[in-house]
Amino acid sequence: MSEPAVIDCTEITVRYGPVTVLDKVSFVVPERRTLCIVGPNGGGKSTLLKVLLGLVRPQSGTVRVLGREPRQARMRVGYMPQYVQIDPLFPIDVEGIVRMGRLKGRGLGFYTREDRMATRQALEEVGLWEQRREAYINLSGGMKQRVLIARALVNNPELLLLDEPTAMVDAHIEARLLEKLKELHNRMTILLVSHDATFVSGLVDEVLCVNRTAEIHPVERVRDKSVTRLYGEPVQHVVHGHTHHHGEGEEQPDA
Amino acid sequence: MVIPITTGKGRSSRMHEFWEALTDPHVDFLRIALLMGLLASLAFGMTGSLVVVKRISYVAGAISHAVLGGIGAALYLQTVHGLEWMHPLLGALLAALLAAVIIAWIRNNGFQREDSVIGAVWAGGMATGLVFISKTPGFVDPMSYLFGNILILSRTDLYLVSILDLLLLGILFVQYNRLQALCFDEEQARLRGIRVGWYYTLLLCLIACTVVLLVSVVGIVLVVALLTIPAAMAGQHVRSLGAMMALSSLLTLFFVSLGIVIGFLGDWPAGPAIILVAGVAYLLQSLLKRVAA
Repeated sequence: MSEPAVIDCTEITVRYGPVTVLDKVSFVVPERRTLCIVGPNGGGKSTLLKVLLGLVRPQSGTVRVLGREPRQARMRVGYMPQYVQIDPLFPIDVEGIVRMGRLKGRGLGFYTREDRMATRQALEEVGLWEQRREAYINLSGGMKQRVLIARALVNNPELLLLDEPTAMVDAHIEARLLEKLKELHNRMTILLVSHDATFVSGLVDEVLCVNRTAEIHPVERVRDKSVTRLYGEPVQHVVHGHTHHHGEGEEQPDA
Repeated sequence: MVIPITTGKGRSSRMHEFWEALTDPHVDFLRIALLMGLLASLAFGMTGSLVVVKRISYVAGAISHAVLGGIGAALYLQTVHGLEWMHPLLGALLAALLAAVIIAWIRNNGFQREDSVIGAVWAGGMATGLVFISKTPGFVDPMSYLFGNILILSRTDLYLVSILDLLLLGILFVQYNRLQALCFDEEQARLRGIRVGWYYTLLLCLIACTVVLLVSVVGIVLVVALLTIPAAMAGQHVRSLGAMMALSSLLTLFFVSLGIVIGFLGDWPAGPAIILVAGVAYLLQSLLKRVAA
């Protein structure tokens, strides 16, 4: 018996004006899998995330997230943008940001006791309850990441989407993030965009290679040729002090 | 536009005049001005904070300059076509709301580059106003609209700004969390089911109402400075948007009051005096911050 699909994309095509960003992309993600989306800049990774979030509507093809239209599934999806996309000067504290994840579009815009409880739970999960009154502006890059993860988790989502979670953070923060994702791995389906496939090598079940088209590879099959073909040139990863050259017949990638 | 003050007197004499004007039961322009400062501070603090955190001071600038188009058209219709009910304030409000809706609509639908439309609304509003004013028989001095004069306000102005404060407080009480989400992370707000386009339009309409009623304090040209400077200063010392609004209101009250006093004592126009006080304070804060760093 096949597992129920959390994401089911069939031949989706997205164009921005004359430019085709995604061309007849099809893939299925079953429950409780962790996928890493890799691909070159401008290859369509972020657009694919936006399609799954219902922020971009494909010109053709069908998308089902948790069995529904992406816009209808939003409340069951957690999303973490890159922290550099958030205004660092905004006057808000840690709790305020996480609680924002509980906001609803309907009714009066007040928070309930349940919202406050869920916020506390999410902050405790990422170890930031004690820092709940800290101003966002004063946080380190790693703490900002954790705040945004807490906001993505505050609704106890079934699907977690992370956009470049390792961008602009050091190796120590990366390692802590990996530990957190390993914990979440058992509870929900995770899709993360990353340039750094080795970072998630111990976590992901499959790699979704996106460059206008998309192809899912089991982790062990992502080898020199497929990565080189995807990026169009030899790719070098520098991770945790180890150097991996792909495409030049040197070391095999971890991913 | 400047209330004539006896010149050639010493500072203590002017201070005495100021105190007399403030306490004389038969002369209420100074008390009205200070009370207006108090009421305006609330509106400036609340709306200004939203303008600063959303980084749309240029949108507020366009809306405030479009106001002159409405004022000019209203004066023309009143004088030439005898439409007595077309008060300049009503014309200003209609023009500001129209500018707000146009900018929001363009932005929400992405038909044109937003900055180009803002430029067109900004300059187009001013040009329309000046053409109508030039075609209006009799003498119309655009200076009081451009630079305001808090010293010639009436009790009606106080009532209108009180209503604006109540309206803003009411909307912010109910929609604070959504407006904060809109300003902080629009994408996240959209994902939470908030109608971002609608709330952005609401935000611009709130700015439009604030600008119209507060143009009388510092004028069309200077209103953006008083919307943004106190809020920008307050934003550096707080951890929440609500606290930013409160501190910004207090700072505005201080700047307006001090500007009125300095304007009175120095025989300066009050609007520019208020803005200069705010500008100098902002400069000092920035320098102190740099020295401390």
